[in-house]
Amino acid sequence: MSGAETAVHAGAAFQRRPLVLLFRRAWRQGRTRIGVFLVLLLVGTALIGPLFAPHSPSEFVGLPNGGPSSAAKLGTDNLGRDILSRFLWGGRSILGLSVAATAIGLVFGVTIGLVAAYSRSILDDVLMRAMDVILAFPSIVLALVAVATVGPKLWLIVLTVGITTAPRVARVTRGASLDVVERDFVRAAEAIGESHGRILLGELLPNVTSPLLVEASLRLTYSIGLIAGLSFLGFGLQPPAADWGLMINENRLALTVHPWGVVMPVVAIALLTIGTSLIGDGLSRAAAGIERGGAE
Amino acid sequence: MTSAGPSTAGLGTRRRGLLLHGITGFVLRRSLLGLLTLFLVSIVVFAATQALPGDAARAILGRTATPDSLAALRKQLHLGEPMLQQYVHWLGRFLRGDLGNSLAANEPVTTLLGTRIENSAVLVFLSALISTPLAIVLGAVSARRRDRPFDHAASITMLTLAALPEFVVGLGLVVLFGTTVFKILPAVSLIAPNEAPWTHPKDLILPTLTLVIAVCPYTARIMRASMVEVLESDYVEMARLKGLAEQRVVWRHAVPNAIAPTIQVTALNLAYLAGGIVVVEYVFGYAGVGSALVDAVHNRDVPVVQALALMIAAIYIVLNVVADVAAILVSPRLRTSLK
Amino acid sequence: MSGRRSDVVLRVEGLRIEVEGSGVDIVDDVGFHISAGEVLGLVGESGSGKTTVGLALLGHTRRGARIAAGRIAIGELAVLGQSPAALRAMRGKVVSYVPQDPGAALNPALRIGTQLEETLEAHGFGSSAEERRTRLGEMLDEVLLPSDSAFVRRYPHQLSGGQQQRVGLAMAFACRPSVIVLDEPTTGLDVTTQAHVLQTVRMLCDTHGVAALYVSHDLAVVATLANRVAVMYAGRMVEVGTERTLFLTAAHPYTRRLVEAIPEMSGKHALEGIPGTAPRPGHRPTGCFFAPRCDFAVEECTGSFPPVEQLGENHEVRCFRHGDVATELARERRPAPALPAAETDTLLSVRKLDAFHGSFQFVFDVDLTVKPRQCVALVGESGSGKTTLARCIAGIHANFTGDVSLRGEAVPHGARERDRRLRREIQYVFQSPYSSLNPRRTVGQIIAQPLKLFFDPSRQETHDRTLRALERVSISTSVIDRYPHELSGGERQRVAIARALVAEPSLLVCDEITSALDVSVQAAIVDLIAELQREMNLGLLFVTHNLALIRTIAEEVAVMSGGRIVEEGPVDRVLDSPQEDYTKRLLTDTPSLEAALAAPGA
Repeated sequence: MSGAETAVHAGAAFQRRPLVLLFRRAWRQGRTRIGVFLVLLLVGTALIGPLFAPHSPSEFVGLPNGGPSSAAKLGTDNLGRDILSRFLWGGRSILGLSVAATAIGLVFGVTIGLVAAYSRSILDDVLMRAMDVILAFPSIVLALVAVATVGPKLWLIVLTVGITTAPRVARVTRGASLDVVERDFVRAAEAIGESHGRILLGELLPNVTSPLLVEASLRLTYSIGLIAGLSFLGFGLQPPAADWGLMINENRLALTVHPWGVVMPVVAIALLTIGTSLIGDGLSRAAAGIERGGAE
Repeated sequence: MTSAGPSTAGLGTRRRGLLLHGITGFVLRRSLLGLLTLFLVSIVVFAATQALPGDAARAILGRTATPDSLAALRKQLHLGEPMLQQYVHWLGRFLRGDLGNSLAANEPVTTLLGTRIENSAVLVFLSALISTPLAIVLGAVSARRRDRPFDHAASITMLTLAALPEFVVGLGLVVLFGTTVFKILPAVSLIAPNEAPWTHPKDLILPTLTLVIAVCPYTARIMRASMVEVLESDYVEMARLKGLAEQRVVWRHAVPNAIAPTIQVTALNLAYLAGGIVVVEYVFGYAGVGSALVDAVHNRDVPVVQALALMIAAIYIVLNVVADVAAILVSPRLRTSLK
Repeated sequence: MSGRRSDVVLRVEGLRIEVEGSGVDIVDDVGFHISAGEVLGLVGESGSGKTTVGLALLGHTRRGARIAAGRIAIGELAVLGQSPAALRAMRGKVVSYVPQDPGAALNPALRIGTQLEETLEAHGFGSSAEERRTRLGEMLDEVLLPSDSAFVRRYPHQLSGGQQQRVGLAMAFACRPSVIVLDEPTTGLDVTTQAHVLQTVRMLCDTHGVAALYVSHDLAVVATLANRVAVMYAGRMVEVGTERTLFLTAAHPYTRRLVEAIPEMSGKHALEGIPGTAPRPGHRPTGCFFAPRCDFAVEECTGSFPPVEQLGENHEVRCFRHGDVATELARERRPAPALPAAETDTLLSVRKLDAFHGSFQFVFDVDLTVKPRQCVALVGESGSGKTTLARCIAGIHANFTGDVSLRGEAVPHGARERDRRLRREIQYVFQSPYSSLNPRRTVGQIIAQPLKLFFDPSRQETHDRTLRALERVSISTSVIDRYPHELSGGERQRVAIARALVAEPSLLVCDEITSALDVSVQAAIVDLIAELQREMNLGLLFVTHNLALIRTIAEEVAVMSGGRIVEEGPVDRVLDSPQEDYTKRLLTDTPSLEAALAAPGA
């Protein structure tokens, strides 16, 4: 007697859509909330900071390396410009470049990873070997090599950081996709003749979003560090631009005199990277929890 | 499950056909793969530095270009020849040990880098000595005490430290111990390029500490994840259900399965260090390979950049091959499936 | 079955296991006893808590659970409340465990000799390495494994599944414990190996007077092996009795329904499933947990959980209406429906099919025919090639040679090469409902996918057809907006069937569609498929390893082994008078409830 089976799922209403479920679970953790707060704080500073800057970032307001005064609340930098103003102006470039580079890396990496996992043929080997070649360099070394002849062009920085991000994203995507590719619903889609593109986008991609989100926040954290590092080394924005990484290097020698020129941007970068990292970790734990304990 | 399936050729490879025998075959194949990767890497380095559209010589000399210096540079770098020929010559020279002349210092690259390589090696070695066991122990202990206070504290600390870029860590330490909070350690290393680093131990402390803090958290987390997987496994549960003493469960059952990840973590550690020295040496003015690379890029000193990039990439690749081979040797299942 | 009615060895009272932290009960108020030499079968479906009870006998719980109350006594010793050291001393020596998955339970990095010896060493058996070695040889002889040094030096992955399970048995019996807990140890083994393992278990228990708890969901296996049977439902023990009592004259409605859901070799009766699903921990109602699904439920049943009632020397039940259940003994079971008359045309024709995985050949020279409106069963054990064959026909596996034709029209090998019409005509339902539905899509989207590909319907039409499909598979249409993870296994499988049917195929290939489901759900699904086949005039290729299932659904059967069809013919003929040795062996070795009950002694 095949009577109607009704789902006997009594109890509290629970979230149905898998992605919303993930975000909710992640939000429930303290670390995610702290991370979001930090990121919002720093992004806010970077984006609307300039509106509050008392001076323009290239204006000379006092003697070089002067201590805090009425004109310069945090003192002046190595050329006599207001540290506070330069700090408020200095976040945009790092943020913009990092986000752009991460986005490029994600797009390429995800595509390569999905295609490699789905092809299950020699294409997989070829793609992964290509990724290995890029991975054979520490990211910063590759960036330096690129900059060596052409010079520190911004588009080159973004492109190179994107290129170093892509293989790592590709590896993670491929790993997660290999699990999914073996599942029967992909077979089912192939059996009814669904096109390859539709299978990649409709069957594979939605099922790897959890690990991808985690990886994306990891990559963003790393990109910020890398781009700030390149700026610090002098290969990012060039003087007289206001940029946190550049500021740190410019004011290094004055550390013994007063620290604000270094401490402010250092703390800003630190908090930003910690923030993105906490969000990533929160997402990662939420994803693992869902896998283990079922949807509640 | 009935054994009706084919014997998989192990290693998850889809390679059928020519299978060289056993472990030596595997080592050989893996090494050849590494060489191939190195070869491709050399193409990338060459292309990025010399094979660019437009005039490479002009790009290198930039504003200091004069017709004479341009011609000289072109001659020196063989820029007039067709690309393929250039590459073959370039690679040939490298393989013979001739790394070219530094454009900035006008001496052979090999002499320039000689002592610097030593200095970096000391720094890396010291950092590895501290960070590798630290990562392994931290990871293993966190896994053992999973979800208890130690694990939580360690996890948050590792997470926070791992997020920070190396120069932030370095400068943070400088502010803390060198210039502002406590003034007890030198903020910049004053070791001359041809002096042995260990004669100035104080100068080594902050760079080493920076590297350790920059690298250790990543690998500690990986170690923890691997250990947790082992400790949660069915066979460890079964060992406990057999009534074995906890000591034995951990040492005879869990640890042997954690060796492969440990080796991978070690290799990873070294690899991260190789990348980390670039920024760290620059922060502390340490006369090593990393700061040489930064200087070379500042000076558009192409031969030096090429040599260093290749060297670092080669180290990376070798480390990966070693890690892969070690992982196979350590796992009985993979080892026997090769025979 | 020899049952030594000697002293009680294991006594469990009032066992309660709950979720750590929230205190939600997983298992509660569980009590039973086992005598020396006796095997007690603990049966239940997924979520019943039977494995949790089994592990608790060793004082162990899985992560996230804790033993909250109760007493477990083995002879004079108490298991609960012991110090960790004392508990460790008991495990392996006084009470031991045979795990479900022997491959995962053996350490891949240690040789099996080491793993066998350490049990002896840990419990102080044998005063020298020499003695332990001899003992090791004895252990292996007992379980019919070679005891030479070459074998002992092997690693677990170098043994077959059956051998691994025997090693597990040897480890468990090594120190001659008083109690052994066997957790579904024959899952995943082929029928013949399973039969051997069961024999070995029986022999070891008899020889050494061990009290055994055999946890299983497979009632046929339990009937073959156990002296007494205990039935668990949603964390409570609802009935305990001798094997004959329970299977022939059960006093609890659930037990009765469970027995009726077991496929019989004789195929006399239709399979009856149980509608609804068992309540999960934390969602259990007040009163009897089975009441929502029970035919006999009255108001009293929702008030409080029925207490234990003694019905005879060895029979206990927890049901308010057990008296009425017993008199319902005479209730007629629905006879199996008559199968439609066969046609003369041919729907599917397979000739000389050879299938490969890479360069290894898996299927050899297969000829198969399915007529319109006919059901052909494809039977074989795991590794026989039946799934590969089914996938070749459906176009999911393209690496094969040979001819496949539908109504005389040649069918290209892979699904991608087939045109829309052919893809639509042959539909496939996968084994695991947990893997065949995209977790990121709603039920409605899943069913709409083939609709859109095959028919270009309007939005309204898609919606209507989807609703009709859901109704046809007897599932509430409210699931259309739900995600797969919100549905039970049985419900998911119905959705998978609906997805296949919405294409209006002429041939449906069902690949072990009930293997991943509980017995009670299995029956409902098989019933559904049979009904749908008749209603929609489908040709059906029904792949299964369970011989007993096919009598109710198929007219023809093809038996596969080692990639070849070894015997085929009408179902009645093959099952009643098999010609080939393999088929004969398969029939003898498959545990059957009827055979177990017909055997002399109890």
